[in-house]
Amino acid sequence: MKVSLFITCLCDIFSADVGKDTVEILERFGCEVDFPELQTCCGQPAYNSGYLTESKQAMKQMMRAFKHSEYVVGPSGSCVGMLKEYPNIFKNDPEWEDEAIKLANKSYELTQFLVEVLEIVDVGSAFKGRVTYHPSCHMSRILGVNEAPITLLKNIEGIEYIELPIKEDCCGFGGTFSIKNAAISEEMVKEKSQHVTETEAEYLVGGDMGCLINIGGMMQREGKTVKVVHMAEILNTTK
Amino acid sequence: MSIKINESPYEERVQQGIENDFMRLAVSSAQGRFRSRKRIQETELGNWEDWRQLGAEIRKHTVENLDYYLQQLSDQVSKRGGHVFFAATAEEANDYIQNVIRKKEAKKVVKTKSMVTEEIGLNRALESLGAEVVESDLGEWILQLDEDPPSHIVVPALHKNKEQIRETFAEKRGYTGSDIPEELADFARSQLREEFLTAEVGITGCNFAIAESGTITLVTNEGNAEMATTLPDTLITVMGMERIVPTWEEMEVLVSLLTRSAVGQKLTSYITSYTGARLDDEIDGPDDYHLVIVDNGRSKILGTEFQAALHCIRCAACINACPVYRHVGGHAYNSIYPGPIGAVLTPLLDGYENHKELPYASSLCGACTEACPVKIPLHEMLIRHRQIIVEKEKQAPMVEKMAMKGFAKWSSSPAVYKLSTKMARLALNPWTKDDIIGNGPGPLKDWTNSRNFPAPSKQSFRSWYKEREKSGEE
Ligand code: SF4
Repeated sequence: MKVSLFITCLCDIFSADVGKDTVEILERFGCEVDFPELQTCCGQPAYNSGYLTESKQAMKQMMRAFKHSEYVVGPSGSCVGMLKEYPNIFKNDPEWEDEAIKLANKSYELTQFLVEVLEIVDVGSAFKGRVTYHPSCHMSRILGVNEAPITLLKNIEGIEYIELPIKEDCCGFGGTFSIKNAAISEEMVKEKSQHVTETEAEYLVGGDMGCLINIGGMMQREGKTVKVVHMAEILNTTK
Repeated sequence: MSIKINESPYEERVQQGIENDFMRLAVSSAQGRFRSRKRIQETELGNWEDWRQLGAEIRKHTVENLDYYLQQLSDQVSKRGGHVFFAATAEEANDYIQNVIRKKEAKKVVKTKSMVTEEIGLNRALESLGAEVVESDLGEWILQLDEDPPSHIVVPALHKNKEQIRETFAEKRGYTGSDIPEELADFARSQLREEFLTAEVGITGCNFAIAESGTITLVTNEGNAEMATTLPDTLITVMGMERIVPTWEEMEVLVSLLTRSAVGQKLTSYITSYTGARLDDEIDGPDDYHLVIVDNGRSKILGTEFQAALHCIRCAACINACPVYRHVGGHAYNSIYPGPIGAVLTPLLDGYENHKELPYASSLCGACTEACPVKIPLHEMLIRHRQIIVEKEKQAPMVEKMAMKGFAKWSSSPAVYKLSTKMARLALNPWTKDDIIGNGPGPLKDWTNSRNFPAPSKQSFRSWYKEREKSGEE
């Protein structure tokens, strides 16, 4: 199966390791991975801030980049959720509507792809530790991916999974929200950090780099020792 | 008159909210209670998603055919001897009601809880005539005594704790008891009974007006609405023009969605219905009945992409689910409609000029949209508002506009993008220590005031991938 990796700009620049792990997991399950170099950013920072015209330029670039891909898989619920919005955004645009629909239909978030397409519920990894999971809002509410990451996590050998209290609550990232409304964002992430602490977990796992940078950045500042890791990193730990 | 509740700037209001520990504790525990009770009700109903769908369809159909149902409602009320007045603006509504009061030479008016009367500033209009207005809803009464605006559309005094309520009662009404809720409520009841009996005019809001029969339905928790609807000779209903359902059947569906979503109850304690003026063979009801239907900016929303905002049944589920509301409280929104629905509705009713920050007061987490029992895509409407602010109203800050122009260039040009992945680490190097940015420049400043930001990876993913491909080929 041919899979094009959608790395997301955050992972490309800030968390290259997450990308490497994603490649290795997909290859482990027999996918033929390629990385279309024309890809940039899904357009979300501009789109969510109200800059429709600017965001469309990024989106068109993404459609060009993945035009010939069979599957597009990315380690982010939020960015893949953005791709899924393209058909609404390019509705009635004679030049781009079809491309938008095609890209949306072939795009998957990593855990969603593993569980729904490859039908894998146990990646055969091993990891020792107390782990809790933050379901990012766009992964769960926009993309509708709720069970896949938790199933995969729970099936990892040696893992002790603890549910995060009020796990569905936003961590306060929200892209440009965390900059434009930094004070509110700060209160939200403090609360999230508090919930993580309550679980006494050693690791906080999530499927969206933005949220992890936010929560991790706060917990680090608070001097907490919880390690914040991306789903791909934990799925790629071998026995 | 406006829907605004104060004049201080947005940042200040937010800061005040964040620093108000009492309020935040009260709000977060109430949210927790409402949310978990709502969840129990949803599960109990079984097919919650089907119910939401039904609710959404009823509201869509009604609002699409609003002119028809308003006519039907108006005909029914007139047939039952009531007077119907369509008020295009808040002023027109207040003028009409003032006239009724003047004609009656009424000295005392008893009111039920109503958001639309808050919206048009009715209390002030009546007080300017020298009439005394008595709020029959406990929460509203507390706020009235304290001259404090509501902070929530279902529980208006949510931001006050019992100690603060005790103080208000002591100061304004000579209360000497404790802050035990039951005792406070008993005191309020004894004070209010007196007032009810001597009021000459009753004014109510309206949860649902049933078009087929001209019936007004009120959903309350305390049953005090009866005091306004049955005791005085003159009764006035004030309703937003979209607060209408075709028949009793749809009313039942929506009341069920409303009470479950609002406070997580199957039904509220009281549902009051009344129809028109008292007929000769009826024993209770008013001799004189007026229905005031308020537009005040609503018809401008019809036919726009925001039309679904008029589907709202004012249950506050979106407010109860909102993490931003939890931390800043209702007053930070500077609108009598706070939270996500407030952020959507307020700029529509009162213009972007006064409320341009509201659409950004959301992380777009979607908790509101998920909670809404009539499936209003609230967070998507917030994005749409932002687009209008940027592209039509041209009210976005200059630096942001420049940054977004840069974004467009960066994200549509792979060469520029690639270069940035190479340069990022170097560019941020002056602020980086041990791979952490603790005190970042420009837009990162506010973020790094409270939390760390990571330094870019030593090697970008794409450059790693390229090397890997090359070594594979060798
Ligand atoms: S927008 Fe939806 S959830 Fe919010 S108050 Fe209105 S009906 Fe309730």
